[in-house]
Amino acid sequence: MSSVIEVEDLSKLYRLGEVGTGTLQHDINRWWHRVRGKEDPYAKVGRVNDRALKRGGEAKALPDYVWALKDVNFKVNQGEVLGIIGRNGAGKSTLLKLLSRVTSPTTGSIKVKGRIASLLEVGTGFHPELSGRENIYLNGAILGMQRREITSKLDEIVDFSGCAAYLDTPVKRYSSGMYVRLAFGVAAHLDPEILIVDEVLAVGDAEFQKRCLSRMDKVSKQGKTVIFVSHNMGSVQSLCTSILRMSSGHVSVKSQNVEKEISAYLNDCKVKNLVLPISLDHTSQINEIEINPMTVNENQPVSIVFEIEFLEPTVVTDFAPILYNQTGVRVCKLDGRPQLGLPREFSPGVQRFKFTLPALSLIPGNYMFGFYYRTHATWVSHDYLGDFQLVSEHGISATPYPVEFMGVVQMNFNAQQL
Amino acid sequence: MTQTVPITAGKSEDWDLEINSRSGWLDLHLKDIWRYRDLLRMFVWRDFVAVYKQTILGPIWFFIQPLLTTATFTIIFSGVAKLSTDGLPPLLFYLAGTAPWNYFATCLTKTSTTFKDNASLFGKVYFPRLITPLSVVLSTLMQFLIQFLTLGIALIWFVWCGYDIHPNWTGIILGTPALIVLLGGLGLGFGIIISSLTTKYRDLAFLITFGVQLAMYATPVVYPLSTVPEKYRPWLELNPMTGIIEAFRAIFLGAGCFSWSLLSYSFGVTLVVLLLGVLVFNRVEKTFMDTV
Repeated sequence: MSSVIEVEDLSKLYRLGEVGTGTLQHDINRWWHRVRGKEDPYAKVGRVNDRALKRGGEAKALPDYVWALKDVNFKVNQGEVLGIIGRNGAGKSTLLKLLSRVTSPTTGSIKVKGRIASLLEVGTGFHPELSGRENIYLNGAILGMQRREITSKLDEIVDFSGCAAYLDTPVKRYSSGMYVRLAFGVAAHLDPEILIVDEVLAVGDAEFQKRCLSRMDKVSKQGKTVIFVSHNMGSVQSLCTSILRMSSGHVSVKSQNVEKEISAYLNDCKVKNLVLPISLDHTSQINEIEINPMTVNENQPVSIVFEIEFLEPTVVTDFAPILYNQTGVRVCKLDGRPQLGLPREFSPGVQRFKFTLPALSLIPGNYMFGFYYRTHATWVSHDYLGDFQLVSEHGISATPYPVEFMGVVQMNFNAQQL
Repeated sequence: MTQTVPITAGKSEDWDLEINSRSGWLDLHLKDIWRYRDLLRMFVWRDFVAVYKQTILGPIWFFIQPLLTTATFTIIFSGVAKLSTDGLPPLLFYLAGTAPWNYFATCLTKTSTTFKDNASLFGKVYFPRLITPLSVVLSTLMQFLIQFLTLGIALIWFVWCGYDIHPNWTGIILGTPALIVLLGGLGLGFGIIISSLTTKYRDLAFLITFGVQLAMYATPVVYPLSTVPEKYRPWLELNPMTGIIEAFRAIFLGAGCFSWSLLSYSFGVTLVVLLLGVLVFNRVEKTFMDTV
């Protein structure tokens, strides 16, 4: 397999704060260093990107320069569907910007074979005063198509967008749905060798998201290379053949083992948000929580194990994990009272509790566990004790509907033609 | 940072695109511009068409603008201030001066905001950025050609009425395209230099609007070069626009102090400014998204 993209030692330095007189001073200093053949004095002090760092106090000593990407190396092979995952600020978007040549790297190089097209943002350069037809040509040209190429695909694009009747109306009169359909129609008919899809930016537009995914699927089935950035592990798992996991501007790992990388990423997220032990009241605390497995198939059970340490004899009256879906809707409360025989007294020591859910009839997505706990003395409620990913079994034989349209539960049903 | 030598250097792979942190000053992507020529055409057409959508008179406005400017000049400079027009009918004199000056000034001011105005577009998709200012120069040319037509009609009218005007007809046919290229090149050159310099520090942008207005008075647009006192003349001749405007009047109206040396000086300056502009522009386009 030949590689179509080779990234070597790629780094990108960004400056924080406003552009002002201080910047001019830095620029002059930097220029002076370059003239004397020395390296950039600010690149040396740049720190790893971590948006969580608070400004103020000791943070004053932090430099104003940040490496959004630092020494990134990887290769993408022909026909690969590469999912780029990582927490916010990991450098995913910067990497895409560099790949699509919007800005250029501070150091390092990228080599590419074939035409790259990105579905980063559709409708780029649409002029509101021009008609639909005129905008197809304009937008196509901006995306790098030749005029005759567009002419040959015009009918297809118009069919795809379904606005044949409005073709000679200025696009400012279009409904937003028509606008997006037309814009996407142009982008989707680019026929690139390498397609970049950034779902992170496309969030909110369900229709667009769905079309992106199905287009992506079609393109990858033609043996073309796709680079896919998403926070939705469900779609990453069903679409991608390999994963590039990034954190703090570095490539942590590139691997073909999609499932392993996804759970590593989810784990990475969890550790950041949850500090153990969690104190429940002054007489008890959660020492450990274990969700198993982290990535759950639709017909697979999932369990959560609590390890709770009681410091004194405690009467527990309520013990109920709560399941939330990714939009924060409370899906169910696992009332532990009957099965654990609450209320009852627990003697000092470590106790383990396991709650197992059978195959979940829920839509694929990210689910979180919360927790409600009550003793004679006090009560505690936690929103987040960890999460897991529910994924669909049957890949993407049918394009999944966007999450917003799918409701909360997935029910078994029969459909037949009578 | 140490320079890393690619290990694959020996293997000759044919990459379509290499993105490097730093490329040479002379790497101008001219081939890219050629590949995107359809985009250039679309931009020119868009700029021309979009401005007059939802107007009734449409492109007729292109005629009305210069006529009104010329009428104003005729009343103020010739009627009130009694400035000399080299013995020519004031209407013709001002029309022949303002048409080329407006073309230059419009090219300059419009291209000087290239990066700022197109930041949202440039931030999303790549195409050779030089396409944008080039399209501005070309779409402005359309406006200019219409103004130019106005001048032609006025000229024919005055000659037909028997005024003492001696246009150099062969000069008009051969010289005008060359002069237009000079005007466009000079405006483009200055414009993209300013645009490149103002991505990070916007200070210079404040100068442009009134700078261009002031520059008009430092150019023989509303007065002939011949009336300028001898001691100021060398300064005025340093202005590269002087030679072009004078040449313009010379071929159209057969008046003014045309000189080849002045014109070749203008040509030289245009060449230098344009080259410098393209170099700086190319340098800036790679990273301007981080600072704009």
